[in-house]
Amino acid sequence: MTRIDEHGYYGRFGGAFVPEMLFRNIEELRRVYTDWIAEPAFQKEFQALLKDYVGRPTPLYFAERLSEKYKSQIFLKREDLNHTGAHKINNTIGQILVAQRVGKTRIIAETGAGQHGVATATVCALKGIKCIVYMGEVDIERQAPNVARMRMLGAEVRPAKSGSKTLKDATNEAIRDWIQNPEDTHYIIGSVVGPHPFPDMVARFQSVISEEMQKQLLDKIGREHPDRIIACVGGGSNAAGAFYHFLNNESVKLTAVEAAGEGVESGKSAATSILGRDGIIHGSRTLLMQTKDGQIIEPHSISAGLDYPGIGPLHAHLIDSGRAEAIPITDKEALEAGFELSRLEGIIPALESAHALAALNKLALEKEEVVVVNLSGRGDKDLATYIRHMGE
Amino acid sequence: MNRIKDLFKVKDKAILNVFVTAGYPNLSDMPEIVKTLAASGVDMVEIGMPYSDPLADGETIQHSSKVALENGMHLDLLFEQLRALRPTVDIPIILMGYFNQLMQYGVEAFIQAASEAGVDGMILPDLPLIEYERTYKPLFEAANISVSFLICPSTPADRIRKIDTLSQGFIYMVADAATTGQTRDLSEAQRTYFKHIQRLDLQNPRLIGFGISTRDHFVQAAQFARGAIIGSAFLRAIDPKKPENESNSLDERIRGFVGSILEPTVSVG
Ligand SMILES: Cc1ncc(COP(=O)(O)O)c(C=O)c1O
Repeated sequence: MTRIDEHGYYGRFGGAFVPEMLFRNIEELRRVYTDWIAEPAFQKEFQALLKDYVGRPTPLYFAERLSEKYKSQIFLKREDLNHTGAHKINNTIGQILVAQRVGKTRIIAETGAGQHGVATATVCALKGIKCIVYMGEVDIERQAPNVARMRMLGAEVRPAKSGSKTLKDATNEAIRDWIQNPEDTHYIIGSVVGPHPFPDMVARFQSVISEEMQKQLLDKIGREHPDRIIACVGGGSNAAGAFYHFLNNESVKLTAVEAAGEGVESGKSAATSILGRDGIIHGSRTLLMQTKDGQIIEPHSISAGLDYPGIGPLHAHLIDSGRAEAIPITDKEALEAGFELSRLEGIIPALESAHALAALNKLALEKEEVVVVNLSGRGDKDLATYIRHMGE
Repeated sequence: MNRIKDLFKVKDKAILNVFVTAGYPNLSDMPEIVKTLAASGVDMVEIGMPYSDPLADGETIQHSSKVALENGMHLDLLFEQLRALRPTVDIPIILMGYFNQLMQYGVEAFIQAASEAGVDGMILPDLPLIEYERTYKPLFEAANISVSFLICPSTPADRIRKIDTLSQGFIYMVADAATTGQTRDLSEAQRTYFKHIQRLDLQNPRLIGFGISTRDHFVQAAQFARGAIIGSAFLRAIDPKKPENESNSLDERIRGFVGSILEPTVSVG
């Protein structure tokens, strides 16, 4: 089963492990989100914004030189061409419309790479709503251009100073903020993580990615589905969107790429599906990197967007059940793939997306295999990191 | 026998429950802290099991958890300390923590260890009611460990009734929309909320927690509930890094703090 059950579980993963102070907000969302998203007026506004503001549909580009190199047919789903430069805005557009309908006047968000923070700051500017973004101190430093963008868009960026000072800690701070401001605030969570109904709601907003893919593939290769989809997984929202309409089509192989950091066994990794076991993080039961005592382990990845010790419950279920295959990619392999795409296709990918590209090297692809790599974002925000490693 | 039920049965003055993080300020301080608290008139203690990501807690408890983990606190050591402590104090002991800690220890193994250590109750702010009801309730009940659930201003009335049916010992009434550690005076809205809860005539007694830091708060809380829980303010009072604490021993700091809350005795209602 790849859809949630009535309690918000995918198999044994998911649920809503939240303090009582958040119960009403979560419950309110749970009751209304499916109806609202289905409402014609909601869909009309959502689709119009995706088209005219975000610039959708994003192209499905046949990467000829990359295909030659990997001896298969590789298409890139160009989420990097979205307004603000990543898939994250598909979700923030949807959630800001939800927030307006629940009557909230203040928005909070967490961000790792800063792409979700920028996408949230953007929709808040669009709607004239106050926006506060929590971001780990380490990430504020390594994703400086995005911090500047958020501020320019009128958002307040608050540093998260606890723990590893990265995405996990920014999420903790955002949840604490929501506990203290339940009345006026909506939390626009940035991935398919958190308590039910967030994982499912975010997946639905991101599902536009695979919906478009179906039409584009039909047009380009005469059938709606590829043989394989490759996407990176931090929390897993771009992967959830890219997999969504193919979840029940077993002829499509799903490859979820995780950040191995300096190596799966190095102690500096974020390869959750290998290093993690069942646990609870940010209100959801999922695979989690933790000590024997259940203390959450601080992850590591060169890519701020993948530097997370958990994984969305949908992906925990897909990997655990064998529906998706998880592949770990190291910092170094991701950098190489980023340089490779730049030279072969003239596209500088986000470091997160570079992890997905690096998986091409690890898979035994068949000659005519149709592969879609979800190019979740563009690399502008990572230039400083790329430059540091240039010529290595 | 359940020490929590007995306490609420016999005590006619305001009940003071003090929270301390196990392993803070030093790895082995908790048993002495509890003994001193009991000797100074505190009615029950809530012992925090330090956690890396305490979502419902504010800065003070987060900090104490971090220090405790750095000191090397872990659950087996906590149970060992509790087993040695239990014969020396009579007051109820409650453990507070996050559900992942129980999941990793094994819920059944945890309950058994807690029971052997003489633990009387549990507070697990992120354990959903539905999970408790579906899976864990019989396990806790068989071990005579009462689980107290939280209610807060946004909890709807029908859910409060349900929490009342499922809670044992007492209900933890969160004073405000807040993580732990905020210190504000009781507002008009809070008084209205407390009065509303009083009128529901619940079967469980209630303690008020979150943001109670002074005698004045404690006196006000006792007008609307059987007493209160003090956590962050106590941790701040015993923090060895605070300049004002430097010249006092841990024992003196504890007695000084409890005295400032409890003397003279506070009545209920
Ligand atoms: C470009 C890009 N790709 C991927 C991710 C990872 O998030 P998710 O796994 O939710 O898609 C991020 C997160 O910041 C990102 O910015």
